[in-house]
Amino acid sequence: MSAPTGITWATLTKDVQLEWRSKDAINSMLFFALLVVVVFSFSFDPEAEESRQIAGGLVWVAFLFAAVVALNQTWARELRNQVLDAYRVSPAPANSLFVAKALGNFIFVSVLETLMTPLFIVFYKLRVLGPAWQLIPVAILGTWAIVVNGTFFAAMSLRTRSREIMLPLLLFPITIPALLSMVEATTTILVGDPSTSAKFWIVLLATYDVVFTTGCLALFGTVLHAE
Amino acid sequence: MKKAFPILGLLTAALLSYALYQALVVAPTEQTMGDVQRIFYYHVPSAWTAFLLFFINFLASIQYLVRRDPKTDTIANWVVIALGVLVCIAPYAFRTLLPAGVYPSSIVTTGIAFVGLYFLIKRLFSEQQTDMLALTTAEVGVVFCTVVLVTGPLWARPVWGIWWTWDVRLTSTLVLWLIYVSYLVLRRFSSSGQTPVLAAALAVFGALDVPLVYFSIWFFRTQHPQPVVGGGGSIDPRMLRVLLINWVAFLCFAFLVCWSRYRLERTKREVEETQALEALLEPRSALR
Amino acid sequence: MNFLYAAYAATWTIHIVYLITVVRRYSRLKKEVDELNKKI
Repeated sequence: MSAPTGITWATLTKDVQLEWRSKDAINSMLFFALLVVVVFSFSFDPEAEESRQIAGGLVWVAFLFAAVVALNQTWARELRNQVLDAYRVSPAPANSLFVAKALGNFIFVSVLETLMTPLFIVFYKLRVLGPAWQLIPVAILGTWAIVVNGTFFAAMSLRTRSREIMLPLLLFPITIPALLSMVEATTTILVGDPSTSAKFWIVLLATYDVVFTTGCLALFGTVLHAE
Repeated sequence: MKKAFPILGLLTAALLSYALYQALVVAPTEQTMGDVQRIFYYHVPSAWTAFLLFFINFLASIQYLVRRDPKTDTIANWVVIALGVLVCIAPYAFRTLLPAGVYPSSIVTTGIAFVGLYFLIKRLFSEQQTDMLALTTAEVGVVFCTVVLVTGPLWARPVWGIWWTWDVRLTSTLVLWLIYVSYLVLRRFSSSGQTPVLAAALAVFGALDVPLVYFSIWFFRTQHPQPVVGGGGSIDPRMLRVLLINWVAFLCFAFLVCWSRYRLERTKREVEETQALEALLEPRSALR
Repeated sequence: MNFLYAAYAATWTIHIVYLITVVRRYSRLKKEVDELNKKI
């Protein structure tokens, strides 16, 4: 199966290169991420004890909003240059395009998260009291959950009216179980209560990822060729 | 067919009145909660009706997606039958794994209903008609779901003193409502060529999400216990009788509402087709 | 109890409002159909 992976890789490297050269999307998203952290800090007084309880929720909501901005960006560029029509006509399997886009989005959002996290730690004086290594699978699985559905719904919203609002409108309800899992897992790990464990939430996140990645791969071709 | 509608309407109205009388007068008063508990006879049937409508939407959406290609259609038929058989056998094979209060017979009934409804829809509705069925059941489902979300807090407030509780069923219903409202928004905002396909894809995603929503909230609740709206455990047989009477009444009502909505949608599409045809045949007069 | 009647009233209000919107859209459509028929 070298041809589809070749196409995926080519699309992915093309996207990353474009973003790197233009830098406008990255810069605006970075500034947006910083603003979100600062605004949240003003809204929720980050005194040490309670902050550990709410930080999980704050962090993931901030990531979610930053991800929506990023997702809206990536498909908009394709639309501008009518690249999407070229994909539809070409013999390339739709899934390669989807995987490339999703991976590209995953990388962008992960970069954002890596930059936002130290800010959160500083502003909220966070220390992880539980098993910190568990935060890694939570971050990876959680980000993938947002990105995989986000990429799919962004493609669906492309030709609708009010495109930018349509994406969060479709994405947020479906993402609720994943969001709950991410927030609860993060809070459990931060608070570090020995009687609680984030394991159930991590397994649920993994299940969510498997179910929806399969769903997206199965239906993306249909969505791309709709009309 | 059209003549049947007013007659059915009158019968349903009579049935609903009888059900209301049963709920308010005949049903015994609950010990701890008092008369407020009678909200139960409207809250629960509305929920079951909403879930049934959303389930039909799911089946119709799948059918719309698979029937466009005869190969996927055949595969889907076999998958549905296989799943049905599995659901009928599994509860007996894994009897020990069943949670308390869940009987194998109810699971089997669900399985048979699933298969039966799937093929019934297939027989009764053409491809385009399944799309109209999906839209109809989604809209009417949202209406019934709204009723659930309004009656729930109205019940919770006098009983527990709070309007909202993150209880499993109420919260899952809220998320379900959100998913289907987003479905209706997508329907309204996308251009008509691709709407059915996109909406069907979203409906499938929503349906896949439902068990995940339920489990995530269920586990959240075991960590953060909340009062339960709707009461768990066994139910007095007299109350069960009134509940079922109300459910049947609401099902008939839902059927008539869906029928009206479906007729509206069919007329709307016929008008649109005629207008499109007219524009094609007489370009000059259309430009006027 | 007030909440009981409020719940029942709310239920029927929601259903009736929805039915009214369906009926209104239908009669508006019927008018359009008549106009189209007149053209033919």
